[in-house]
Amino acid sequence: MTASLDIRPADAANPAPGLSRRELVVGATLAGGALLVGCSPADLMSAGSKVKPGAFGPFIRFDPDGSVTVLSKHIEFGQGNHAGLAAIVAEELDADWSRVKVIHAPANAKLYANGAMGVQLTGGSSAISNSWDQLRKAGAGARAMFVQAAASQWNVPAGEITVKDGVLAHAASGKSAGFGPLIAAASKVAPPQNPTLKDPKAFTLVGTDRVRRKDSQAKSDGTARYTQDVRLPDMLVAVVAHPPRFGATVKSFDSEAAKKVAGVVEVYQIPTGVAVAADSTFAARMGREALKVEWDESKVEDRDSATIAAQWRDIAAGKGPSDLKWEAFDSKGDAAAAASGGGQVLEATYDFPYLAHATMEPMNCVAQVDGHKVKLTFGSQGPTLDQLAAAKIVGTLPGSVEIETLFAGGSFGRRANFQSDYVAECVQIAKKVGGGRPVKLVWTREDDMRAGYFRPLVHHAVRVRLDKDGYPATWRHRIVSQSIMKGSPMPSKGPDQTAIEGTAGSPYLKATPIVDAQVALPEAGVPVLWWRSVGATHTAFVMEHTIDQLARKAGKDPVDYRRALYAKAGAQRHLAALNLAVEKAGPAATPGWTRGVAVHESFGSVVAQVAEVKLVDGAPRVGRVVTAIDCGTAISPDQIAAQMEGGTCYGLSAALYGEITLTRGAVDQSNFDTYRVLRINEAPTVETHIVPSANPPSGVGEPGTPVIGPAVANALLAISGAPTARLPLVRSKA
Amino acid sequence: MATTLDINGKAVAVKAAPETPLLWVLRDELGLTGTKFGCGMAQCGACTVHVNGDPVRSCVTPIAALSGAKIATIESLGGAHPLQQAWVKHDVPQCGYCQSGQIMSAAALLAQTPAPNDEDIDNAMSGNICRCGAYQRIRVAIKEAAGLASAPVVAAAAASDIDDEIAAASGSTGRGARQ
Repeated sequence: MTASLDIRPADAANPAPGLSRRELVVGATLAGGALLVGCSPADLMSAGSKVKPGAFGPFIRFDPDGSVTVLSKHIEFGQGNHAGLAAIVAEELDADWSRVKVIHAPANAKLYANGAMGVQLTGGSSAISNSWDQLRKAGAGARAMFVQAAASQWNVPAGEITVKDGVLAHAASGKSAGFGPLIAAASKVAPPQNPTLKDPKAFTLVGTDRVRRKDSQAKSDGTARYTQDVRLPDMLVAVVAHPPRFGATVKSFDSEAAKKVAGVVEVYQIPTGVAVAADSTFAARMGREALKVEWDESKVEDRDSATIAAQWRDIAAGKGPSDLKWEAFDSKGDAAAAASGGGQVLEATYDFPYLAHATMEPMNCVAQVDGHKVKLTFGSQGPTLDQLAAAKIVGTLPGSVEIETLFAGGSFGRRANFQSDYVAECVQIAKKVGGGRPVKLVWTREDDMRAGYFRPLVHHAVRVRLDKDGYPATWRHRIVSQSIMKGSPMPSKGPDQTAIEGTAGSPYLKATPIVDAQVALPEAGVPVLWWRSVGATHTAFVMEHTIDQLARKAGKDPVDYRRALYAKAGAQRHLAALNLAVEKAGPAATPGWTRGVAVHESFGSVVAQVAEVKLVDGAPRVGRVVTAIDCGTAISPDQIAAQMEGGTCYGLSAALYGEITLTRGAVDQSNFDTYRVLRINEAPTVETHIVPSANPPSGVGEPGTPVIGPAVANALLAISGAPTARLPLVRSKA
Repeated sequence: MATTLDINGKAVAVKAAPETPLLWVLRDELGLTGTKFGCGMAQCGACTVHVNGDPVRSCVTPIAALSGAKIATIESLGGAHPLQQAWVKHDVPQCGYCQSGQIMSAAALLAQTPAPNDEDIDNAMSGNICRCGAYQRIRVAIKEAAGLASAPVVAAAAASDIDDEIAAASGSTGRGARQ
């Protein structure tokens, strides 16, 4: 993602009454679409916000009972980031880890922007990496304030005070105190500009198995609060009738029968369909069943997904429309040479389907709208984007949209959306209801599965010629995909990185003398979005499965082949991760099982896997998966392992079964009976090993996902000799 | 028309119509929100509760079918049930949304099969989807709660027909291979 947000014109330019002059200027600027000189996007987005930092900054609060609360600017939806973020603070603060709590921060881009993006958003596996310096300084700064306060109260030199497990002590005088009694005095100390950070060698918490989740109890006893669980006085539950095809709008509807359903309160037409608001979820669903809606389908996407896939293949083969632009993202040497030349040549194509995120908690939101006042209560992954969407609908400043972020039952990218699709839908309904009355929008599984924002359908075509030693001499690569970033408020500079990352930057291309790699980004009326590991969901498969095919062609062992290419490319981290995985896997596969290897770098981390596969009734079964990850400094080894285990299951589920198809533009799948996902009896056993590193932390949530697919395909190649040209591997009803 | 249900040991009068699925009565009318909505058609297991001790998908069970039945939800386990302790010890949850259903399925399993083998676990738990993929830890935690914590994790997490081969080959390196 790029670091700046292009703020587009607001639809509504009637700012709320009672705003300050500066806010009015900012509001007018937002409506006009131009940036105010000297005013950062985060300032603009936070205009009107009532969220202020506390005495110890925006990230830490102290309670008189000695407990410490860390405010996470990032949503927790499974990644374990809350444990890691809190541990970073606790380490520098020398807090008692058992007395540290974590809560979601409110929405305010100025205080809580993702340092990698400039807006408040959780994504790109960046929660820990973009917070590392920030939270170390926050913890160390607060520690210094408490030390100074204690030094003044005890009349001793600050340098003689120690802090351990939340207790400040002065050995010579025998004085000691917890944080609690010193809060008032410490809050009056001027925060240090550049607090002294610990030498990482002195860490006692970060990097240890003591860094464990803080939410496991609440998530095991049913008390963890998700959007679906919000119950507010006088709350309505809304269910929306959506069109069967993307791009359709409401032509007419008959709500008479729906309104007769017990519990149904009102029926509203909104831009995305027809909403039934009721006093319970079941009543709203029954009301929707009684609704009759006619759709205007004059502008729908009505292609089959098979047609789109065939068109993408034609484009890659040079038979696309003449006005479709090819963009080079890696080229060196004579491009013509990459397209021709004999000898040992591999030509391979790959087809990847649309994928649904299929989070366990279907999309939902709670909104209250009272004139220009908006309060949202839900699992907000991109609070700044969601504030902007809500502000446009009600005509106010983005920062004045209040958001209380809750746990989300998974996201995998789905809840970070430039259109804030389900959020906007909820705000539209709450605006119709008005008066600040809470409205909970509930999507059924079917709504969620058919709403789009899929991983794009992607095609790759690869032609590689080997040199006399069997290594790539020329590499021609064509990628055809819908663009995720095109038309978004955060456009890519140059070709859409989300379509090429992983092929772009591949050590295999670095090791190849002549490269001609290009991408084409045709349009389709199917909404697409990032999906856990984004571009790597397909590029890792293509690069890693191609390498195994090349190694076979060259008559070389696939592990040795990679080692040689990493040496040529200077890819030391790839080499170290591969070597660690291979070493830990041991010399021989489990009898009856066949190994496949894959390595991929994404989000700053390198993951290598050795997967053991066998065929059971003709279908691949994955057993032991030995994983090595280089993610820089490891904050929570246990949660890194959890993400490798879970990421592997998520990637394996897609590689084996994941596929959304369209028939005349309508999504064929609707629920888990037609969109098959991995179950416990099919789950592999993942062993995780961490490459020692002193580098700053890099991503963990996504890098474990894209590697298992090619590792399995490579094992199947070893079993049968047949390459995989199309995912998913298993096509059958769930 | 009020229906009386026996929920977590208490007689509860509910107003919902008889065809209403138990899930929505629990969540919307009674505020027992630990039981989750995931699919609405008994595909994912997030809504699992016990009816007379058996695991049942509450999203497809109308309350009309539950007269006189003993219904138990995640709230009935109290928070310190051996399974819940094992879940916390192993940090099983990630997003956590499916875990109430997972634990209720596991609790029914242990009540009927106190020392489950891998096949028992597969059979009892394959109706519960976890999109975060916490399956490996779910298996470990069930065995821990069943008093089988000494079983090697690698063997525990493998499919039943391959346990011995994998355990023999893998030794005890790294996470996932830990005791």
